[in-house]
Amino acid sequence: MSSSLLVQVTSLARRSTLRTMRQPAVVVSAILFPMMFFAINAYGLDAAASLPGFPADSYLDFAFAFPLIQAALFGAITAGADLARDIESGFFDRLSLTPMRPSALLLGMLAGVVALGLLQGVVFLAVGLLFGVDIKSGVAGMVVIVLLTVLVALGFGGIGAMLALRTGSVEAVESAFPLFFVSIFMSSINLPRDLIEADWFRWVATANPISYLVEGIRSLVITGWDAQALLLGFGFAFGIVALSIAGASAFLQTRVAR
Amino acid sequence: MAEKRAGIEVENLVREFRKGPRAVDGIDISVEPGEIYGFLGPNGAGKSTTVLVLTTLLPPTSGTARVAGYDVVKDGPKVRAAIGAALQEAALDPFLTGREHLNLQAALHGLGRKQRKRRGEELLERVGLEEAADRRVRGYSGGMKRRLDLALALVHEPRILFLDEPTTGLDPQSRSALWSEVSRLARDEGVTVFLTTQYLEEADVLADRVGIIDRGKIVAEGTPEKLKAEIGRPSVEATPAEGSGREAVARVLSRFGEEIAAQPGAVAVRLMGGAGDLADVVRALDSEDVRVTNLRLDEPSLDDVFLEKTGRSLEGEGAQEVKEAQV
Amino acid sequence: MVGGARGGGFFAVALAVAGRQVYKYFANPAFLAPALFPLFFFVAFAGGLTRVGDVPGFDYAAGYVAFQYVWALLQAVAMGGAFTGFSIAGDFENGFARRLMLAASNRQGIILGYTIASLVRATLTGALVTVIALLTGMPMSGGFDLFGLIGLAILVNVAATLFGAGVAMLLRTQQAGPVIRTPIFLVLFLAPVFVPLNLLSGWLEAIARLNPFTTILDAARGLLAGAPTNVLPAYAIGAALVAVFALWAVYALRRAEKTGA
Repeated sequence: MSSSLLVQVTSLARRSTLRTMRQPAVVVSAILFPMMFFAINAYGLDAAASLPGFPADSYLDFAFAFPLIQAALFGAITAGADLARDIESGFFDRLSLTPMRPSALLLGMLAGVVALGLLQGVVFLAVGLLFGVDIKSGVAGMVVIVLLTVLVALGFGGIGAMLALRTGSVEAVESAFPLFFVSIFMSSINLPRDLIEADWFRWVATANPISYLVEGIRSLVITGWDAQALLLGFGFAFGIVALSIAGASAFLQTRVAR
Repeated sequence: MAEKRAGIEVENLVREFRKGPRAVDGIDISVEPGEIYGFLGPNGAGKSTTVLVLTTLLPPTSGTARVAGYDVVKDGPKVRAAIGAALQEAALDPFLTGREHLNLQAALHGLGRKQRKRRGEELLERVGLEEAADRRVRGYSGGMKRRLDLALALVHEPRILFLDEPTTGLDPQSRSALWSEVSRLARDEGVTVFLTTQYLEEADVLADRVGIIDRGKIVAEGTPEKLKAEIGRPSVEATPAEGSGREAVARVLSRFGEEIAAQPGAVAVRLMGGAGDLADVVRALDSEDVRVTNLRLDEPSLDDVFLEKTGRSLEGEGAQEVKEAQV
Repeated sequence: MVGGARGGGFFAVALAVAGRQVYKYFANPAFLAPALFPLFFFVAFAGGLTRVGDVPGFDYAAGYVAFQYVWALLQAVAMGGAFTGFSIAGDFENGFARRLMLAASNRQGIILGYTIASLVRATLTGALVTVIALLTGMPMSGGFDLFGLIGLAILVNVAATLFGAGVAMLLRTQQAGPVIRTPIFLVLFLAPVFVPLNLLSGWLEAIARLNPFTTILDAARGLLAGAPTNVLPAYAIGAALVAVFALWAVYALRRAEKTGA
């Protein structure tokens, strides 16, 4: 009486998507907050575009990667906290008592992350265009932007799952949020790396993988098709996805080991 | 190989946690197929830990446990296929409806689309949730959540059912509704039920056999009737009237037996001579002109059994917890 | 615990409430949490955006790090006020506030007590931000009009505390959290955060000009650079905010009394 992995994954993905969509506050804030930060950042730092050597025509174009990366982070924390809540509430135990394959749980949760990431990517793109963001790589570039965003969401979602499965505590997952938030800012998100004056900050931004995710998305907006930036962007995104999902699977195995 | 009809066999089961004493300290349990076994004890006695081990959610430190004929450590998947469990927290997703819960559970158990629908309808009707089926669980009452929890545990028609404190926090009406459904399952469908509770009445009414656990050890086991008969003697409780001091009442009653815990202001003793002593008690009070407002004969209860075995009262502890929770 | 309330006087109640709050801080180092985000932002902005100080038209004598420090300091004390709001909401949710309302004959003293405690916390978080700013190379330029700056920080903290206390006493659940935090966050960000007001443009400039916090922020930055501008208006705005939110908090307290906490 064992159901196929596909049925299990789709049932669980359906559940996590339903759950998210039925909390309008979560969906709205996952879209509104990054948008708000984007608006404040883009207009607040507008003057930075007049710095000599600034790579984009306007700071608005330059800053467009910001809401996408931030949205991926919001989605990941929400999904991670949801999983941790399932563990805390005993829902996870209930699922563990069924013949469900543990990997179905992880895949179902990540499918929910991908769905939210897709929604966020499309909405932000539409709003960005409305605000006058000029995407140099054109329509094909927009598709790639959404693709990369979803991949980033998946990678962050994997990290969220790792945290949830390791700690089993909503509070622990949520208190990791500031850490993530900071690591976004400690990257080339606000200025290109060669315009960062403080050496230590430039060094941190260069070592921070998020810089490459940002620069990959950004290159499609401000440059067009930049093979190096895209290669680095997708490379790091796939790397994070692979590592975090491997980590999450390992923690999942320990949690269900019996 | 597992027999088609096997219950629960536990031998010298131990579960330790890194901190603190052994939660389960070498218990033996044998539950016959079709039996309702009540596992009675105060909070923290080891009831839930035992259930987690028996449902394969927690590995034992040592000892063996076989459920439905399968070893909980070696044959986890087979055990899980044979059992249903409603664990302590009614673990439900507040944003899904009752029907969606059943549908998800059924899908994970491998039921086909049509089967899922039919089984869902059937169970919703059985636990009386047809009308609430399409409402989100967030709006359910405690009793509705427990009933849905029970329905979820029954989706795959398990032969053995684990219920961990199924009625804690429920109002009397919901409680008795759940009791009748559990009895029906055992009586009509031959489901074996392993039930933990801290309520004496629940164990008394529902269980064919009761195991009393305290601090990780089983201190008494048997049918409720047998356990109470072991204690044997009933008790009498008297509430002094105004003007008659408590001491006067206690002095008279102490002639008939050892004093035991009583309601505030009242005096109770276990009657050495059995229920027949009651008439003598009345005469003695009368002849000494000690007036009482209330005089009650109590049959021995499971609480008396617990008191006898552990030196503490289960009810008293429960009452204390309630008080603390309100502060 | 609320021993001072026996006398029932306004100040006795205030001191008792403040004493308990401050005692709670020292029992748990998480009381410095309001400084967390301001510090993050300070490090990210002051470290990463230094070059923004080179934009033509950006003239702030004390440099970009000092420019960001002032914002981080005011953010830390404002968030300190918000966190006091969270703990009041928590006190109402877990029933402690009911005990407080019973014990205190002069209940407005409760508000003053929380405010005093909030100031104590703001002093410590503000000092933390300052130390870190100095460590990361904020210049101690001449003309450091320290007391003027501290005064503004106090007004910001008290205004934010009273606002948060009002929301907390109206909602009386932990859900007051976002309702307190979001407006404070918006007021802090819809201001000249990254560049001076004259370099802002478009809608953000329009909003920042209307935002009373902008005047306070500008005056505070002026004081730090030894070139005070609009100090009096800034103080007037700060005092007005304190007055308005004091009324707000008292109104909320009345509502809480009416509904029986």
